[in-house]
Amino acid sequence: MAKTYGIEVDCANCANKMEEAAKATAGVKDCTVNFMALKMNVTFEDGVDELGVMKEVRKNCKKVEDDCEVFI
Amino acid sequence: MNKRQKKTLIRIIIAAVLLVVIAIAEPLIESMESQFQAVPLAKIVTFVLYLIPYLVIGSDILKKAFKGILNGQVMDENFLMAVATVGAFCLGEYREGVAVMLFYQIGELFQSVAVGKSRRNIAALMDIRPDCANLVTIEDGKETVKSVDPSEVSIGSLIEVRPGEKIPIDGLVERGSSSVDTSALTGESVPRSISEGDEVVSGSINQSGVIYIRTTKLFGESTVSKILELVENASSQKSRSENFISKFAKYYTPIVCISALAVAFIPPVANLILGREAMFGTFVYRALTFLVISCPCALVISIPLSFFAGIGGASRAGVLVKGSNYLEALSQVDTVIFDKTGTLTKGVFEVVSIHRNEIDEDTLLKYAAYAENNSTHPIGRSIVSAYKQEIDAAQISDVHEISGRGVEADVFGKKILAGNDKLMSDNNIAITECHDAGTIVHIAVDGKYAGHIHISDVIKETSKSAIRGLRKLGVNNTIMLTGDSKKVAEKVAEELSIKDYRAQLLPQDKVREVESILNGRNGSKGKVAFAGDGINDAPVLTRADVGIAMGALGSDAAIEAADVVLMDDDPLGIVKAIRIGKKCMRIVYENIWFAIGVKILCLILSALGIANMWLAIFADVGVMVLAVLNAIRTLHLPKNAVSD
Repeated sequence: MAKTYGIEVDCANCANKMEEAAKATAGVKDCTVNFMALKMNVTFEDGVDELGVMKEVRKNCKKVEDDCEVFI
Repeated sequence: MNKRQKKTLIRIIIAAVLLVVIAIAEPLIESMESQFQAVPLAKIVTFVLYLIPYLVIGSDILKKAFKGILNGQVMDENFLMAVATVGAFCLGEYREGVAVMLFYQIGELFQSVAVGKSRRNIAALMDIRPDCANLVTIEDGKETVKSVDPSEVSIGSLIEVRPGEKIPIDGLVERGSSSVDTSALTGESVPRSISEGDEVVSGSINQSGVIYIRTTKLFGESTVSKILELVENASSQKSRSENFISKFAKYYTPIVCISALAVAFIPPVANLILGREAMFGTFVYRALTFLVISCPCALVISIPLSFFAGIGGASRAGVLVKGSNYLEALSQVDTVIFDKTGTLTKGVFEVVSIHRNEIDEDTLLKYAAYAENNSTHPIGRSIVSAYKQEIDAAQISDVHEISGRGVEADVFGKKILAGNDKLMSDNNIAITECHDAGTIVHIAVDGKYAGHIHISDVIKETSKSAIRGLRKLGVNNTIMLTGDSKKVAEKVAEELSIKDYRAQLLPQDKVREVESILNGRNGSKGKVAFAGDGINDAPVLTRADVGIAMGALGSDAAIEAADVVLMDDDPLGIVKAIRIGKKCMRIVYENIWFAIGVKILCLILSALGIANMWLAIFADVGVMVLAVLNAIRTLHLPKNAVSD
C-alpha cells in the first residue's frame, strides 16, 4: 500500500535526509521524497497502522531536519 | 519569500544594524575603560552588547546544533557553526563570532530563496493537472454541461473543453475544431490544430474554439496522470556523484573536526615542550577558522540541487528523466542504438517514386489507387492517399484481394493487377526489377506490364540533424537495428550517415544484438543508449544502460521500461537529453572541484595562520552562494539545444 503525503522542506539535501529517515522507520517498506513536488511517497509494510507509522516518520524526519514538516 | 524566510531576513537586518552600531560604539566603551579604570566592567559591557546580535541571529542554529547532538546528528553544519562562533566568543573575538553567524544565515536564506524559487518555477510548469471536466449529459433530449471531478468520467463520455481550459482526459474530437498547445507535454511551442476525429491528449491546453471530446481512457490512465506519476517519482534513483557526496560528508566532517583539534592543541603543546610560549589563543583561533572554512554546505546543497534543476529543466523540455543516475549516464553515452521504424523513420508508408513503362505516371497511379481503393493494408492506403483526387467508386468492379500477392480489379473497364512480383509471375507477366530499396507494387494493365510504384517508410525530417548533433556531442557510435530487409537498412543508414546497422532482426534478436554490443565494449567507460518508439522493444529499453522511449505518450509499457521518456517522437530529443545530461554533470563537477579546491586552499592558509575568520566566511558562504547560483543554471536548457 503506497500513499503520498505533502511535505515542507527547504533544501534538496534535507529532502534526501528525510527520505533516509523515513526509510529507516519501522513499518515503512520504501519511501521516495520528491523535492520538486514537495511530496513524500511512502510504501507501507502489509497490515501496519498507517497513521501511527506516519507519526513516527514525522518524528524521525524532524530528528534529522528540524525545519521540516510532513502533512499527515 | 515565505513567512520563515521573511522572519530570517528581519533577524538578519536587526543583527547587522546592531553589529555595525556596536562596532562603532566599541572604541567609546574602550575610552571609558581608560577614563574610569573600570576594566572588567567595560569588557562585560562589550560582551553583553555583542551577545545581543549574536543571539538574535544565531539562536536557532544553537538550538538546532543542541538538538542535533541529542538526536545523534553531531557533525552537521549547525554544529560546526555553533562550535566556531561560541569558540570565537570564548577567545574574545566577538565581532568575528557575530559576523560568521550573520553571513552563514545570509547564505542559508539566499539558498533557501533561490531553491524555493526554482522549485516553484518547475512545479508551475509541470502543473498540468486538470481541476475538473465538463461532462455533457443528455437530459430530456437536451444537452446539459456539468462540471465534475475528472476521475469520475467513464470511458466513452462526452466532455466539453472551452478555450483556455486544459483537456482533462485523452479522447477523440467529436465536434468542433481548435488549436491546442501541447508545450507543457512536449516542449513543442507550435500549437497543433485539431478537428473532428483527431486524437487529443490530456494536459494540452485548448486555445481557440469549444471542442467536444469523446473520452477513450479513464482519467487515471490518461496521459496527464501518467506523466505526473512519472515526474513525482523521478528522484528515487540517486546518481553516483550524489552518493559520493553523502559518503564524502560522512567521512569529511569527522576528519575536519579531528584536524581542527590537532591544529588547536598540537602546536601549543609542542611549544610548551620546547619551552616556548604556548600561544593557545592563536592556535584555537586558527582551529576555529579551520572549522568555518570546512563546512561542507556548498557541496551537500549544490549537488542535489543541480540534479533537481537538471531533471526539472529537462521535463520542461519534454524530456522526462527517471532519476539523477540516468542524467549522469546520459552524459557518458558514446553509443546510441536506434530502432529504425518509428524512431528514425515515421513508421508510415508513403509513395516515394513511380517508375512507368508505357503509360504516364499519373495514370499509373490512378489505376493503382482505384484498384487499391478498398484495401485496408497500409501499403494500399499509401497509394490511395498519394493519389490526391476523388475516386469514383462506380468505375471499380470485380475486386479480388489475393492475400500475400496483391489485388485484382476492373477499373474503367480495364483489368488491373497491382501487387508484388509473385502476383505478376502468377499471371505470367514479366517485370522490371526496381533498384530502389523498399516495397515495390507492380502494376499490370490488361495483362501487360505497366510499371511499378516504389513505397517506403519515410525518414523523419530531423533524423539527419539528430545524428549529426549526436556526433558533435561525442557520440561516435551510432547503430541502427531493424526488422526490415538489408537493402532498406543500408539505404536508410547511408542517408543518415549511421555507421552500422543490423537488419532482418526479430524483436527477440534486438535484445541479443544490444547485449552483444554491450559485451563487446569491455573496458570502455562510455554508456550505451537505446532509443525506440516503445513498441515491442520494452525488453531492449531495460537492457541498455539508458533506455530512451520516444513519443511514449501512448505506450504505458514503454514508460515503465524506459529510463528516459521523450514526450514527442522527434529524434532531436535524444540530442537534447544528452546535452542536458552533459550540462548538468559539467556543473556538478565544476561545483565539486571549485568548492573542494577553494576549501582546501583556505584550510591550508588557515592552518598556517595566514587566513583569518573573514576569509573563512568567504570560503564557506561565498563558495556556497556561487555553487548554488551555478547549480541553478541547470534549470535552463543548453543554448541551441535543438538546432545543430
